[in-house]
Amino acid sequence: MATFEPVIMKGIGEIDLTDIDIYERNGGFAGLRKALREMTPDSVTAEVTNSNLRGRGGAGFPTGRKWGFLPKDGRERYLVVNCDEAEPGTFKDRMLLEYTPLQIIEGIAIAAYAIGAEQAYIYIRGEFLEGSRTFRRALAAAASRNYLGERIAGTDFSLDLVVHRGAGAYICGEETAQLESIEGKRGEPRLKPPFPAIAGLYGMPTVVNNVETLCYVKQIIERGAQWFAKIGPEKSPGPKIMSVSGHVKKPGNYEIPLGIPARELIEEYAGGLLPGRTLKAFQPGGASSAALFAEDLDVAIDFDSLGAKRTMLGSGGFVVMDDTACMVNCARTLTRFFEHESCGQCTPCREGGQWVARMVARLEAGEGSDEDLRVLNTINNTITGTNLCPLGDSIMPFLASVLRRFPEEFAAHVAHGGCPLKQTPVGAA
Amino acid sequence: MTPERLARGQELIARYPQPQSALIPFLQYCQEQDGYVTLQAMKDAGELVGVTPGEVESIASFYTLLFKEPAGKHIIQVCRTLSCSLRGADELQSYIKRKLGIGHLESSADGRFYYEEVECLAACDRAPCLQHNLEFHYDVTPAAFDSLLEQWLTQPPQPAMPAE
Ligand SMILES: Cc1cc2nc3c(=O)[nH]c(=O)nc-3n(C[C@H](O)[C@H](O)[C@H](O)COP(=O)(O)O)c2cc1C
Ligand code: SF4
Ligand code: FES
Repeated sequence: MATFEPVIMKGIGEIDLTDIDIYERNGGFAGLRKALREMTPDSVTAEVTNSNLRGRGGAGFPTGRKWGFLPKDGRERYLVVNCDEAEPGTFKDRMLLEYTPLQIIEGIAIAAYAIGAEQAYIYIRGEFLEGSRTFRRALAAAASRNYLGERIAGTDFSLDLVVHRGAGAYICGEETAQLESIEGKRGEPRLKPPFPAIAGLYGMPTVVNNVETLCYVKQIIERGAQWFAKIGPEKSPGPKIMSVSGHVKKPGNYEIPLGIPARELIEEYAGGLLPGRTLKAFQPGGASSAALFAEDLDVAIDFDSLGAKRTMLGSGGFVVMDDTACMVNCARTLTRFFEHESCGQCTPCREGGQWVARMVARLEAGEGSDEDLRVLNTINNTITGTNLCPLGDSIMPFLASVLRRFPEEFAAHVAHGGCPLKQTPVGAA
Repeated sequence: MTPERLARGQELIARYPQPQSALIPFLQYCQEQDGYVTLQAMKDAGELVGVTPGEVESIASFYTLLFKEPAGKHIIQVCRTLSCSLRGADELQSYIKRKLGIGHLESSADGRFYYEEVECLAACDRAPCLQHNLEFHYDVTPAAFDSLLEQWLTQPPQPAMPAE
């Protein structure tokens, strides 16, 4: 059995951490009190830097370093908290929002103190209505005990936190699109540089952090950088929530020490495969990540080990596909996702995404040709690396990886006029 | 603009350093009351934050949860992405479409139902899942959908797209 003691998921499913009394009795706000009473903003940043915490929103950028980029020029600065979670296969931020919103608030207050922000915005995905309601109640409770608002806990530090609901658009998870969206515009990513640290929200220095990242900030301040840095690999340390879904016995969120083998996550944490099935493929880091296969089960789950396998940890959306899964159909749902979510600014992403999705849909329906396969096998470089934001570069990795690994399955869809895995091939009835 | 809307608009504007940030929250508020984003709401929003109606329309059209025409009293959004598709979403979708007699992005003639297949709802561990008026339902089998439908039809009317 999995033995790692949960950190930011501790108590979830056992006690009601949305209740501020219960949260406080279980260590709640100890990190914030320590930061405000015993530490300077710079020492909070140094602690987070020393922990080697890397952002949990997908890009894995070192959190302390990101904070350090803010110029000390006396301009107002903002903290934007990313709770837009829409990377397919990822469902950890929604859980944190619904089950432990006060921990998020505590992390927000500590981060805002460190970077000198007196105004923070949390961008909550529009579909998370229930979560945003829970969060607003938590916010009111925290404010009533002066963990937010004016002169927090009797210090000079004040913080106003505003909840901003999204309105349906995956791309608003990308940090610069999110800033545009908070400004009341279309959620189209900005050209970088300038980076948000220099010119972010309303043109001011801004830090954007993921909610899971901020939960770990609270824990690091409370327990110390060394505690965190000692868990897992040196360059990619700490615990991380993995969202496991698809063909496993116990889909769910599991907090693991980074660095464990993928096999352990599937077998020990998620209960293993369904009876009588064998593993075909898995996606370690959401829809944007390339697939890995049965021969890769010993890969360590961390930023660098997965990067070395030409895939990524991303947001931790871990999707398992067994032998009953049709790779062409899986690729169809994911290419359709990117086609649907492209904001349309860049031609390769917009047009290329549409083309690819249409070709894969055609193959899946049994109407594809050898020419479609030839194009799909060569189109990668035309689409990838030529776009404004990483969404455009996310269209191809999964498709390319399964095309490379299971070429015969794609070819069979052409030869067969549909999926050979289905009991009744399309068109045979 | 009605005094009530103006008051709400001003409240929203006060949350931000720049008024345009209140644009989408204001449209969400109007949509909750009207069932969709009406032309009047877009005019009011433009006036409130100081952008042209054309700009409001262009901004609103970017967001899939802002409906530009009446959708339905029951907005049913079923996840179609990978994890749900691996666990029965396709069958669930066919079942619901047959049962309601409408397709993807369609409203029923009586205006009661609107059906849409949407991207990952971040509930992949309890697939297949759907939202009804932004409320989550998990592990939805065709039989479970039948009893949900019965429930929805007997419960008192509620906004299809709540604002907050
Ligand atoms: C298309 C796209 C979607 C993204 N969606 C999210 C998201 O839903 N949540 C998130 O925290 N980060 C998301 N990101 C990453 C953000 O741009 C950003 O790196 C992150 O919020 C920074 O926080 P962190 O450093 O704490 O991880 C997305 C990036 C891209 C390119
Ligand atoms: S890559 Fe795609 S999503 Fe990103 S800015 Fe360009 S068109 Fe928009
Ligand atoms: S794939 Fe359906 S909720 Fe994620």
